[in-house]
Amino acid sequence: MSRKLLIEHAEVPGIASFETYRKHGGYASVEKALKTMSPDEVVDEVKKSGLRGRGGAGFPTGMKWSFLAKPEGVERHLVCNADESEPGTFKDRYLMEKLPHLLIEGMITSSYALGARRSYIYIRGEFMYVLRILEKAIAEAYANGMLGKNILGSGYDLDLVVTPGGGAYICGEETALLESLEGKRGNPRMKPPFPAVKGLWGNPTVVNNVESIAAVVPIVNEGGEAYAQIGIERSTGTKLISASGNLVRPGVYEIELGLSVEEFIYGDDYCRGIANGKKLKACIPGGSSVPILPHYLVTKTAAGTDRLMTYESLADGGFASGSMLGSGGFIVFDEDQCIVRNTWNFARFYAHESCGQCSPCREGTGWMEKVLFRLEHGMGTLEDISLLEEINKKIEGNTICPLGDAAAWPVAAAIRHFRDEFEWHVNSPQEAQKRNYGLIQAPLEA
Amino acid sequence: MKADHPQAVNEAPIDFSAHTMAEINRVIGLFPEGKQKSAILRILHFVQDEFGWVSVGAMNRVAQILAIEPIEVYEVATFYTMFHLDPVGKNVLEVCRTGPCQLVGSDDLISYIEEKLDIKVGETTKDGMFTLKTVECLGACGYGPMLMCKYQFYERLNKEKVNEMLDAMRAASNS
Amino acid sequence: MIKVTIDDVEIEVAPGTTILNAARQAGGELVPPAMCYYSKLPGTGGKCRTCLVEVAAGSTADPRPMPKLVASCSTPVMDGMIVKNKTSERVQTNRGGVVEFLLVNHPLDCPVCDQAGECHLQDLGYEHGSAKTRYREERRTFSPIDIGNKIKLHMNRCILCYRCVHVANQLTEKRVHGVLHRGEHAEISTYIENAIDNDFSGNMIDVCPVGALTDKTFRFKSRVWFLKPYEAECACDKCSGKAVVWMFGNEIFRVTARKDKYGEVETIDDKTAWICNDCRFDKKDPSKWNLIGPRKIDRHSVISQGKYATKNDNNPKLLS
Repeated sequence: MSRKLLIEHAEVPGIASFETYRKHGGYASVEKALKTMSPDEVVDEVKKSGLRGRGGAGFPTGMKWSFLAKPEGVERHLVCNADESEPGTFKDRYLMEKLPHLLIEGMITSSYALGARRSYIYIRGEFMYVLRILEKAIAEAYANGMLGKNILGSGYDLDLVVTPGGGAYICGEETALLESLEGKRGNPRMKPPFPAVKGLWGNPTVVNNVESIAAVVPIVNEGGEAYAQIGIERSTGTKLISASGNLVRPGVYEIELGLSVEEFIYGDDYCRGIANGKKLKACIPGGSSVPILPHYLVTKTAAGTDRLMTYESLADGGFASGSMLGSGGFIVFDEDQCIVRNTWNFARFYAHESCGQCSPCREGTGWMEKVLFRLEHGMGTLEDISLLEEINKKIEGNTICPLGDAAAWPVAAAIRHFRDEFEWHVNSPQEAQKRNYGLIQAPLEA
Repeated sequence: MKADHPQAVNEAPIDFSAHTMAEINRVIGLFPEGKQKSAILRILHFVQDEFGWVSVGAMNRVAQILAIEPIEVYEVATFYTMFHLDPVGKNVLEVCRTGPCQLVGSDDLISYIEEKLDIKVGETTKDGMFTLKTVECLGACGYGPMLMCKYQFYERLNKEKVNEMLDAMRAASNS
Repeated sequence: MIKVTIDDVEIEVAPGTTILNAARQAGGELVPPAMCYYSKLPGTGGKCRTCLVEVAAGSTADPRPMPKLVASCSTPVMDGMIVKNKTSERVQTNRGGVVEFLLVNHPLDCPVCDQAGECHLQDLGYEHGSAKTRYREERRTFSPIDIGNKIKLHMNRCILCYRCVHVANQLTEKRVHGVLHRGEHAEISTYIENAIDNDFSGNMIDVCPVGALTDKTFRFKSRVWFLKPYEAECACDKCSGKAVVWMFGNEIFRVTARKDKYGEVETIDDKTAWICNDCRFDKKDPSKWNLIGPRKIDRHSVISQGKYATKNDNNPKLLS
């Protein structure tokens, strides 16, 4: 059983209230940081911890913080990205709903480290009920002197505001989020300049995921080095994994990075295997944007070693035989699932969520969706499969923001590993309407 | 594909309730001076809470309140998919149709609700009680299939739960 | 000044210059095309992706190549940067891809489009496009609408460059149109039935790189290559009055601003010489204009091919 640094107290009755949270050791990091540490010392602890951004990109949080420009007389901001919208990911919602004060505590400690005096939590509009939980918790924090002027007598002032989106996946991209937070359409910005130099209202800004900010709490409490002891190599600490799909026990789990994928899927402490006694067909380990893995590459790498829940091990084999940890949205497919249907489904998602600003994404995502629709509905040709691969290559890397890549990678990976199933849809369209293809064979060793 | 969105007719700004106005003024106050436009999404949510949808007249009023051009409100309201720009039923059922929910039966859930309410996706029941929509991932993937109505999540749905849910919504809307 | 090499040509430019503007300073074949960037309209660029180039070396200090192609219109040069445009096969392939994307939903109605002959998308299609489309799906269609009594919007042809939105923001008092909806459903629209009515709205037509916004006083009157462009000026209290009048015989068929080889309105006396709607739409009487002389059209469009010029034409450019 993994140690839990974030959600250990999540199921304690009343933990969403300030009082109960405080009784369970809450706000210790604020006291420690504001009373005994300089802002730079907090940044150093985060650097030492090896914490990597938990929103999906995995960029070292401490390094991101150190890029923040600090011109004299210019306000800085910390913005929490609570726009959790990556299909397969629902950990932040769990954390905020159960432990609103953990996020607020992380926001205070992190804002102090960055010298931000006005910080924002941007939460997706669909989580309005969570926003209300957070608003209530923020009011409690103000009432108890954790927010506002002169927090704990330290002389440090902080205002914290939570504000909603309105239904747009793209606002999870940090510059689109900032546009949205300024009350505009969520069109990602051209970079450079990066938010660390010109962010919210043109001020230097750090945007971090909910879980990254929450992780600052145990890092400050126990020290960055202690945090870095957990995990393997450059995958330090614990990670929230959102498990969904055909599992006996889907849900949110906090794991120590380095746990084996085998243990996570089949272990009693975790997902307890595939639902209804079925076999595993495929797995998308890091949210819908990362490459899908066929069953024979899920628990073992192509080289035959155990696949682990780490940034490195899940990426082992590159795009040829690996995937990514991403946001930790772990989606499991049983043998009855149709890969073509699912690939079309995700392509439809990306086409729906494209902001429409740049041509490769606006036109390319819609085109892929339509071709995949035909393939799934028995109207595709073999040329369509190669066409998809070509559209993919023309989108990937050519767009303003990563949504283009996020739309392209899953289609490329699905065709790479499940080409036989795609061709079967073309060659036996009537049969494909009636039954599922079943498991795909691992390629024979050369 | 015909992509026309027919042009709407302009309408005079409409008034909001005292409660909505109080909420709007509260959230505008959360942002620094001169940055009141940041409150626009929250304001549109409040407007939708009051009227069920966001009309041209309501958007024109929001433009006045924020001292911006009406087109800036239209641009924002049409970008974000949560805002209903046409009248809807009393209960808008927004069913998640994305991958993880689809793996656990969202297709069947949608068909069942269509059959049960005798409407197709995008339509409203004759009595104006329900509108059925499909939406992309709502961030409840481990608890699918699911839908959202009035910001509330209804998770791990099956036929019995849907029946109960619809009955409860009908009763609440009639009372 | 800093040094940058573009397609083996070394140029010295001021720090902060973008790759595209550095290339334009050098001029010639190495200049990447641009469908959305417009140097006279701050805030434009980055969207169409036709100006993507390869950065083979980031700078002298950090000579590593950039992994992705970059938008030359919004990427500043660094000292010692090495850029490849025409000399990069990767750029040419991907630009071809971008052109294909821009064309998948385009109606290809050049035979009835007033922009034909001076259309940037037509030029790009000619250079990079394929003769056949691979798009088997139904194209996205919109009905043409009037936005104001002088401007027609053909949304079918629009590539969403956002230039007209910037014109409305920067040249007019009040913007009534914008980009609505999103993704492949995004469209230029007023949302409500609304006329764009102000003295400088006509400049939207000049900045439009395609035939999405056309001049209703000129629509279907003539192909542009049948007309003879003259530099002309008039006394106007709203704008510079410096324009190009497009004539057939003694008649003025249309009036536009003076545009350079990148299709941008020229700078005259340190000001961008936008023209007002009176000059553009209402002054069709030649006696109201002082004709200065034939206007050189520098671009590679059919207008400059001189196919329809006569020996009596006194413009040497048209005859060459």
